[in-house]
Amino acid sequence: MKEKLQAVISGIGLPRLLIGLFLVSLFVIAPFVGVRVDTSINDVIARFAMNAVLVLSLVPMIKSGCGLNFGLQLGVIAGLIGAVTSLELKLIGLAGFLAAMGIAIFFAVIFGWLYGILLNKVKGDEMVVATYVGFSVVSLMCIMWLVLPYKSPDMIWAYGGSGLRTTISVEDYWFHILNDFLKIELGSHIEIPTGALLFFALLAFIIWAFFRTKLGTAMEAVGSNPEYARSCGINVDRVRIVSVIMSTVYAAIGIIVYQQSFGFIQLYNGPLLMSFPAIAAILLGGASVNKVKIWNVVVGAVLFQGILTMTPSVINNIIQSDMSETIRIIVSNGMIVYALTRKMKVRA
Amino acid sequence: MPEEYLLRMENISKDFYGNRVLQDVNLCVKAGEIVGLVGENGAGKSTLMNILSGGAVIHETGGYSGKIIFDGKERNFTSSFEAMAAGIGMVHQEFVLIPGFTAVENIMLNREIAKPNIAAEVFGDRMNTLDWQAMRRRAVEAVRTLEVNLDLNMLVKEMPVGHRQFTEIAREIDRETTKLLILDEPTAVLAESEAEIVLKVIKKLSQKGIAVLFITHRLQEILDVCDRIVVLRDGRVQKELKPGETNAKEIAEYMVGRKLTDQSSGNTKARSFEGVVLKVEDLWVDMPGEQVNGVSFEVKQGEIFGIGGLTGQGKLGIANGIMGLYPSEGRVIFKGQEIELNNPKGALRNGLAFVSEDRRGIGLLLDQPLSLNIAFTVMQAKDQYVRKLLGGLIKWRDDKAIAKLAWDYIKRLDIKCVSEQQIARELSGGNQQKVCLAKAFAQNPEILFVSEPTRGIDVGAKRLVLDTLRHYNEAYGVTIVITSSELEELRAVCDRIAIVNEGQIAGILPASAEPAEFGLLMLGETELKEGA
Amino acid sequence: MKAMNPVLKALIDYAVPIMFILLVAVAAPLSGLSVEFLANEVMMRLARNSFLILSLLIPVMAGMGMNFGMVLGAMAGEIVLILITDWRIVGIPGILLAMLISTPIAIVFGYFAGVVLNKAKGREMVTGLMLGFFMNGVYQLIVLYGMGKVIPITNKEILLTRGYGIRNAINLEGIRQSLDNLIKLNLFGVQVPVATLLVIAALCLFIIWFRRTKLGQDMRTVGQDMDIARTVGIDVDRTRVVSIVISTVLASYGMIIFLQNMGTLNTYNSHEQIGFFCIAALLVGGASVAKASIPNVFLGVILFHTVFVVSPRAGAQLIGEAQLGEYFRVFITYGVIAFSLALYAWRRKVERENERKKQMMLHRAALQGKGGAGFAQADR
Repeated sequence: MKEKLQAVISGIGLPRLLIGLFLVSLFVIAPFVGVRVDTSINDVIARFAMNAVLVLSLVPMIKSGCGLNFGLQLGVIAGLIGAVTSLELKLIGLAGFLAAMGIAIFFAVIFGWLYGILLNKVKGDEMVVATYVGFSVVSLMCIMWLVLPYKSPDMIWAYGGSGLRTTISVEDYWFHILNDFLKIELGSHIEIPTGALLFFALLAFIIWAFFRTKLGTAMEAVGSNPEYARSCGINVDRVRIVSVIMSTVYAAIGIIVYQQSFGFIQLYNGPLLMSFPAIAAILLGGASVNKVKIWNVVVGAVLFQGILTMTPSVINNIIQSDMSETIRIIVSNGMIVYALTRKMKVRA
Repeated sequence: MPEEYLLRMENISKDFYGNRVLQDVNLCVKAGEIVGLVGENGAGKSTLMNILSGGAVIHETGGYSGKIIFDGKERNFTSSFEAMAAGIGMVHQEFVLIPGFTAVENIMLNREIAKPNIAAEVFGDRMNTLDWQAMRRRAVEAVRTLEVNLDLNMLVKEMPVGHRQFTEIAREIDRETTKLLILDEPTAVLAESEAEIVLKVIKKLSQKGIAVLFITHRLQEILDVCDRIVVLRDGRVQKELKPGETNAKEIAEYMVGRKLTDQSSGNTKARSFEGVVLKVEDLWVDMPGEQVNGVSFEVKQGEIFGIGGLTGQGKLGIANGIMGLYPSEGRVIFKGQEIELNNPKGALRNGLAFVSEDRRGIGLLLDQPLSLNIAFTVMQAKDQYVRKLLGGLIKWRDDKAIAKLAWDYIKRLDIKCVSEQQIARELSGGNQQKVCLAKAFAQNPEILFVSEPTRGIDVGAKRLVLDTLRHYNEAYGVTIVITSSELEELRAVCDRIAIVNEGQIAGILPASAEPAEFGLLMLGETELKEGA
Repeated sequence: MKAMNPVLKALIDYAVPIMFILLVAVAAPLSGLSVEFLANEVMMRLARNSFLILSLLIPVMAGMGMNFGMVLGAMAGEIVLILITDWRIVGIPGILLAMLISTPIAIVFGYFAGVVLNKAKGREMVTGLMLGFFMNGVYQLIVLYGMGKVIPITNKEILLTRGYGIRNAINLEGIRQSLDNLIKLNLFGVQVPVATLLVIAALCLFIIWFRRTKLGQDMRTVGQDMDIARTVGIDVDRTRVVSIVISTVLASYGMIIFLQNMGTLNTYNSHEQIGFFCIAALLVGGASVAKASIPNVFLGVILFHTVFVVSPRAGAQLIGEAQLGEYFRVFITYGVIAFSLALYAWRRKVERENERKKQMMLHRAALQGKGGAGFAQADR
């Protein structure tokens, strides 16, 4: 009996179990401290839909052995460029949304390709190099946002006249374009953003399908045993670059999904630390540095957003102060440290 | 009565996971004696030396049985420090040297001389200041004993290989307590001049009363340097010889001998073959541990060609090099056309297939179903078992066809599994090897390279694997090149066998030749006289 | 295999410092700042930062790479300074007491960090980075929630209005410039905080001496090759932990020195950036993940901080926006680290391959010199 229990625990993973129980307990306590459960559920679903694609973007690189994508910001920036350019072209509604994605994907492919070449040259040290490349590019873009010749009055500083603002609203353009699509209202407090969820499902399906193709199969082999892959005639470096491009493209799409839900485009230092929550979420969902499945994305994003939503409302009501930021820091970074200290699964 | 022998190993037996590696080995060494230890692969030489020098792997796998009496006391070394402290030094084949440190630092590694200071009083011994002058003097002394020209301030990574070997030896003899020195193939990586110096050093140490036990396969060294030769075979001491009273052939005879068990049923009929299907010219392969230094040979269409030799001499490098897995140079001509080296995909596309000796490392995707393992190579290299959609843009994995393929081989090779979806890691060694074979067969190759086909497999499965290869060759006319550490296995299955020594072909003999002749080739005695 | 042209090799080895020298050469005149002003700024920053940067040297020696976890030491120093300020202990006694109390805290933090890093061998740097972020959360727990409630704070001025938790910025007037002003000289118009420099010099001597101890040599051995170190009997895990503990303790002292110069504590932000800036400075000075020495520290601090000081003004002159200069500084910091790390990782790969090729060529030459050991192809 004890052994069975132990097997179940190690199958789920101790941290995941603890955090899952913690989340459930928050939901249980919620009504007692004046927090509506249905509003909370609504928030969790909304935040899941907002962030899930960003978490999904980590999958190709984990599968191909490039590790956790600490350089997610590159894809995010491609997405920002797409969004901002779409606004500059004054495109609204579906056209604006698609234009943003199209431009974003274009840049994401280029960035991803260069990023992939870099990562191939630093095999074994991808994660720390990616972190700082991500930071550097965000800082570089800070300069760019100031200097690039965007002119739309909705985007630039009111006084002074040049350089983009830090936060740009998409209210008039394509706000909630996915969320509102086929949205379902349950009662007065729960609104399910069906469009966004369907879109996520579509993107997840594409990844699932990809790993059933010849190239996807090769990519998985590259991740689990690069020498084996090489002996079968696979060009390991090329496959890795493809995985990096895929991850970057998905990250670009992910930030646009995020923006249509959130309502704002955040430039300058907004994207600086964006890789960490996504990484923490996927680790929380059961992935490791070199192993991942799609359901890790779903479970992880739900748990992570659950914690982020519930902790402030519940705990703040209990102790009358805002601990959410501190808890977020501890949980999210603690999760990543924990994952990094796990023994990598030995191949042979 | 004073102990006549410095070392007495009595009735030493050891097994690894049920595999008996040493059986009742008795070995005695006097102070100042030089004993050469000779044996084929798997004879037990390294294991015996590991037991004596306190190698961790021995202790971790259940220890050993028998007695070791060293320097008058019964000992049981469970770590290399214990052995070192007692006076046994060992120089392994892989140098324990730090490339970025100087010779002095390496010689004194973790035995540095330090001067006490106040900080040590508070924080412990490790805060003592190092006395580099004293250490330099010690190193000079050690090097002087060796009578070699070693630049003590040179970084090891800048030294020629021979000097690294001297540094290692210097470290062992600097230990004042060293009474017995074990050397594992000390001249393997050395140039001839350097090897001579090492042999002189060994003689000098013996004169100073230090006993030397050294493992080697170089016949000349054995005869020139040793006071006694011990031949191990199949985990037992086959014979002890004195150099003056024996010759190369006799040593080879004892080393390789003929097994009394099966395998005498082999190629009863000598087959003849037409046409050369594979021609290798001056192949050099940079495979760490199995370097190939210019081999040339021909394989005839339809034959089963064996490549044998002692471990580390380069036999495994040949197939790996031809298949493009390690950097290679030279020429390989297959069916009259030169194939590109360093290109795994090219080799596969040309109809060559390979079952690697590293079954778990690069032979299998351990976390994937066995069906995918079987189909993987042929899927990637030849676009098979995929369904082309959207005009070839998407190559969808045809899981149904893969399952069918897997079942085909499960039946043919009798692979014991729960289903074709069973994860490769969960299969037994023998069944994993069958999956690897299936993977190669699925490619319908014209020439099949198999390395160490029965390593780590139980006896029953061994037979099946060898029979399968033979059957495949006879039924489909596929040329097979088998590389193996077990000479008897090769003799049972192959038509001709090449022996690789020091990265080169020492000779090629028909499988029916006397084992001792193979033994001679392994010992470096090549047949320089044609047809004599 | 090509043997590297030595000039090319030197250029690559020192790519970062060279780039920075060029940057200084261009930006400094552009900024229009006077040499005296610059000299004063740089001297002050040198005195302020060198101790912190020196604390990074020992982990590099032990093969742990850039110690992003030095942030933990900085936090220890900050916590202690808050307490000192609360207890109103001023001047040099205040600083000494701060260092005394921070030592055990830093040892605990360092030990924790060392144990975690041992579990992440091969990924020390990214783990150290994330550990630093994580501990920031723990720090907030202590300082933003614990202080005033669990840890008694009497000085109401440093607490938030709600009664517990430290304010965003605390005036450290009690110890402001205490060490700097202890002995101050004016050389050619430049203010020189001699006492601080003496403390820094003392640390340099300590590091030089430390290298010559058995522990230092063990660390070097572990840093060169963990497996061989283990084989010859060195307790690898323990040695690595000790290197992190020492570094963390030094970082805590360094943070105290840093803050006594600044005079103000940005409670929640000071330590965040300190890790990046110190590591960037060290890399600018020509250090790498595997090799860092005292000259790297001083060269780095001078070059890095000169660029830091002149960037805003140079940016203003160049494009008309001072903000640009600010962003540029941050970009340079991150960019230097990214570039150095990438360069090091790439070079390590290339060097290993070249080493193997070299060995093979030498072996081949030796064999061919030997005349070959038997080419017989006796084929019956």
